[in-house]
Amino acid sequence: MTSPVAGWLDEALVLWFPGPDSATGEDCAEIHCHGGRAVIRAIEHALESISGLRRAGAGEFTRRAFSNGRMDLLQADALGDMLAAETELQRAVLASAMGGTASSQIGEWREAILAASAAVEQELDFSDEDEEGVAPAAAWRSAVETTAGEMRAWLDTPSVDRLRDGLRVVLAGPPNSGKSSLFNTLLDEAAAIVSPMAGTTRDAIERPIAIEGVPFVLVDTAGLRKESAEEIEAIGIARAEAELARADIILWLGPEGEGPENVLEVASMIDRPDHVPKQASAMGVSSETREGIPALMQKISEVGSGLLPQPGQVAISQRYREHLSHAREALTSAADSEDLLLVGESLRQARHDLDAMLGNVATEDMLDSLFGRFCIGK
Amino acid sequence: MQNFPIIVIGGGHAGVEAACVAARIGVRVALITMDARKIGAMSCNPAIGGLGKGHLVREVDAFDGVLGAAADAGAIHYRMLNRSKGSAVWGPRVQADRKLFGAAVRAKVAAEPMLDVIEGEVTGLRVESGRVSGVSMADGSELSCSAAILCTGTFLGGVLFRGEERFEGGRIGEGTASVLAEQLREVALPMARLKTGTPPRLDGRTIDWSRLLEQPSDSDDWTMSPMSSARRNPQVFCAITRTNPACHDIIRANLSRSPLYSGAIDAKGPRYCPSIEDKIDRFGDRDGHQIFLEPEGLDTSLVYPNGISTSLPVDVQQDFLRAIEGLENVAVAEPGYAVEYDHVDPRSLDHSLQMRGLKGLYCAGQINGTTGYEEAAAQGLVAGLHAAAVVKDRDAPSLDRANSYVAVMVDDLTLHGVSEPYRMLTARAEYRLRLRANNATTRLTPIAANIGCVSAERRDWFERRQDARAEMEQCLEQVYSPVEMRGFGLPAPDDAGRQSLADWMRFPDYDLERLATLGLVPRGTDPGLRDEIAEDVRYAPYVARQDAELRELRANERVQLADGFPFHKVPGLSNEMVERLTGARPETLAQAARVPGVTPAAMAALLVFARQREEKSAA
Repeated sequence: MTSPVAGWLDEALVLWFPGPDSATGEDCAEIHCHGGRAVIRAIEHALESISGLRRAGAGEFTRRAFSNGRMDLLQADALGDMLAAETELQRAVLASAMGGTASSQIGEWREAILAASAAVEQELDFSDEDEEGVAPAAAWRSAVETTAGEMRAWLDTPSVDRLRDGLRVVLAGPPNSGKSSLFNTLLDEAAAIVSPMAGTTRDAIERPIAIEGVPFVLVDTAGLRKESAEEIEAIGIARAEAELARADIILWLGPEGEGPENVLEVASMIDRPDHVPKQASAMGVSSETREGIPALMQKISEVGSGLLPQPGQVAISQRYREHLSHAREALTSAADSEDLLLVGESLRQARHDLDAMLGNVATEDMLDSLFGRFCIGK
Repeated sequence: MQNFPIIVIGGGHAGVEAACVAARIGVRVALITMDARKIGAMSCNPAIGGLGKGHLVREVDAFDGVLGAAADAGAIHYRMLNRSKGSAVWGPRVQADRKLFGAAVRAKVAAEPMLDVIEGEVTGLRVESGRVSGVSMADGSELSCSAAILCTGTFLGGVLFRGEERFEGGRIGEGTASVLAEQLREVALPMARLKTGTPPRLDGRTIDWSRLLEQPSDSDDWTMSPMSSARRNPQVFCAITRTNPACHDIIRANLSRSPLYSGAIDAKGPRYCPSIEDKIDRFGDRDGHQIFLEPEGLDTSLVYPNGISTSLPVDVQQDFLRAIEGLENVAVAEPGYAVEYDHVDPRSLDHSLQMRGLKGLYCAGQINGTTGYEEAAAQGLVAGLHAAAVVKDRDAPSLDRANSYVAVMVDDLTLHGVSEPYRMLTARAEYRLRLRANNATTRLTPIAANIGCVSAERRDWFERRQDARAEMEQCLEQVYSPVEMRGFGLPAPDDAGRQSLADWMRFPDYDLERLATLGLVPRGTDPGLRDEIAEDVRYAPYVARQDAELRELRANERVQLADGFPFHKVPGLSNEMVERLTGARPETLAQAARVPGVTPAAMAALLVFARQREEKSAA
């Protein structure tokens, strides 16, 4: 590569991808040069002097691929998630969404609902005026029920949001029960202040981690004390309670059976002679000696895997899940209704929700989400 | 040269509504027709209304239009179609005595002080600097105008077909506007051809009615227009008969003599109203098709056999008719025929039905590729309203898909164009739970009053009705406990809790009549209004669910793509998308979403570009 100003720059591999079969649907070129910073800077500098050539905005290639029809909204969304994927499970699950499985299934549902709508509309608009070709009554009903059932299976699959954001593992228990020590041990880094003084940890402190490819957010909480005096502590406690409500997994370090429901009982400080023992099913750990830590991590990973979509399963985000859930409710009410007019309306609403999932309704909302993720319009 | 701000060409249902609404708004209008005695003629079926069509009649009526009142004046048979289904798809339909109906229309026209009827043939449009400036007549005279509304029906280049016979004309026994058609082609209006047909008219005295099933007029006393206080004419019954295999054999054996099958007509006809030849060819496995025998009037023996429009030769028509039960000795008074005619591609019109490429020229009715009196009348109303609003410098009426079938039709026509004659269907209206035939006046009379096209009489009636509604709705908002409701002798489970009377209405055994008897709501409310309110309550949860959708729709309607939006400059739009959008010329993003085949990606690209364009023009 040479520049009219700087002369010889580098010996590079240049790949040319003619549109519309390129990744973005437009003509693209890639330059593979040597990796030295000065080399890259010199080439970039030379490129910048070409008129009309500028640096791509964040996600601009994805935006162009989307607006050139190379991918639909679901795929663009999944790509956004996949680019941010940190763990193997995240990557594997999102890869199947990227492949367009979800879009083609939604397309099939849409067709099925459309066929049912057509049958219902025919009965509404023609049965009383003209007897030609009226569909056998209620043939559409079973199709609608089948579709609602298939949607149910998707809704029962864990949400992709947890996969993206990490499962929330909250450490809870009374003050001095060893939460922060365990937190640090699990992180293997000293992020929280470890202090013998009761009630020092006032804010929930969270850190993302991965255990065996499964993403988690580890959350330490302020001590949960019922009789708190200081107001600031009360705020901390309120936050802790909010964290407990959001938790996917709670590690309970307090007295057995006194924690919230559905906790993983952990017996902490088992190296100390004065520790309170728990039943055999509880995980015994020592932050001092690291005894029981690998087993606890193994347990967290096991429980966590069950809460996340697995590779090959269709994982959809909360936004899509809401549309799908509305669509399913509408189908259920269509299948149950005797009033054809209301059946027609319910089917129409279901179609509208599926359209929104595929991006067929160009709402500001939909675009805002794209603007946000991919910085469209720069 | 005589000047009229608005000239309406054609005195059919579209022309009459266009001329009358403009005159009601206070604009001087000339209605030009070849034969003033034919104003208000029903070229085909002597019936007004039906599924989807009945909605249009009531909507036109909400603007104080002509069609509904004239239908009541001529009605000799009332039938509410689809009564077994939800009321939003009920289709009020009447059969009218042709003479009474026509006379009522002509009386309405004559009574408009701002409206002049001129007899003659328009042979050309005068165009000055890209605008319509007047019309030239066959007698050499000229009239000037600032807007011309073309309502020429099937008369533009009309050709009638009957077996091997051909006639020029738009209706049997009448001429055609071929000179005008020629000239319109010259001003490069995008034209195409469609066909439609009509059945033979029978002499009722030769029908054996005693063998046929009678269909009486509805016994309750609803009317097409709420302003018609009662049914005026004696009510007649219709009868039902069927075609049969012997009849089908005769038709099949002569298919090659039908211009539809000989290749003489290749324009498309309405799938929704096929000829009997089509029915037999396409539904070969059926052993019979229903025929409604509908009397054409009180003092005529003519009968319209609904369901067997045909263009077979006269001798074949006679033969197959006589194979039908009850028609064994029937005499044909006027044979059926098909008509092929020019229509304008409605995609060349904007939402006011004005030609985009020729300001001041509006088109309404069958000329836009529609079928039916109701569709024609509704378009006439739209064109007349907009043309008059321009003359008077008033805001255009805000009609959209969420408030009227009229707007649904105009939107469909101007965005999608037509590939067959367009007929209204309730399925076309996505918000039809809101758009009921019985709430047309509630939806539209305020818009009509705003533009100034309703009479004082209707305005007073409407205000009284709104007062009665408010009183009723206030009562329905009152909250009652289950104990109180049981005190009235009505079933009320405790777990329902305290709730408004409107919410209680969703329980079984609650209806407004009973509540009125108990003194919970006013007595004596007009039954039409009472039904409307009961349905508002019933559909409320479904309608509420549409609100988010409507907000979205209206937000997308605010994104303007009009005024020569450069679709070809939008980055990322494929050539195919540019072609589709340029063809349909959507005025807003919401309309673009309804252009067939436009992808989500294209919509996103459009929105991004439109936003940037707005920002640039604001900066």
